[in-house]
Amino acid sequence: MRSTPGWAPSRNPSSRRCADDPVSSGIVLTITAGLRDRIVAHARADHPDEACGVIAGPAGSDRPERFIAMENAERSPTFYRFDSGEQLRVWRQMDDNDEEPVVVYHSHTATEAYPSRTDISYASEPQAHYVLVSTREENETEFRSYRILDGVVTEEPVTVVE
Amino acid sequence: MAIEVRIPTILRTYTDGAKQVEGSGATLDELIDDLEKRHGGLRGRLIDDNGGLRRFVNVYLNDEDVRFLSGLETPVKDGDTVTVLPAVAGGL
Repeated sequence: MRSTPGWAPSRNPSSRRCADDPVSSGIVLTITAGLRDRIVAHARADHPDEACGVIAGPAGSDRPERFIAMENAERSPTFYRFDSGEQLRVWRQMDDNDEEPVVVYHSHTATEAYPSRTDISYASEPQAHYVLVSTREENETEFRSYRILDGVVTEEPVTVVE
Repeated sequence: MAIEVRIPTILRTYTDGAKQVEGSGATLDELIDDLEKRHGGLRGRLIDDNGGLRRFVNVYLNDEDVRFLSGLETPVKDGDTVTVLPAVAGGL
């Protein structure tokens, strides 16, 4: 029996599924161009290591507002992990500000901007939009967003506002 | 004796939605056993089948990750705050 890390129940990878029509499910990531650009810039700066971070927003608002780049304690081209001490400080600060993580982002540096099985099994902020960026191509950066709940990935459209 | 335990969103199904609960015990292990009495199933989300703290869970005693203290044997006392946060990680 395989044991996977993380919170999601073990799933046969072939059963991984996405919503066929994310628009009709009503879910979307709305983000400013400035914040999107900051995610992309962070990913580019840390390439070939994976970059990671959070965008906090008022609790319950679904509005990403405050950009928080996090250290990748793994410093790896294939893994990322928030340093546990830094995570505590950031989560406490969000709690003090009545904020929550609205976006949790990280980059893939050689593969597509799609959550891996490890990404899925670790996803544990039910309200968050999981943004994946790929820096595998020099001339373009893929930027995609997903909801990950109970081991199920649903891609959602990204609406960029000013 | 009261030790404050902060519960992350994903585990609040075990605490009827509460973000903070109280418990007692001389060590983290005892504290978790105590919480399990009132919040059944919580222990299994924190501790694996080998009796160790799960890798993808961060547990803090006040400001310190208990991995840098004594893990489940870390002594706890009245007035301490224990915080649980799921690790944020991923990869291939």
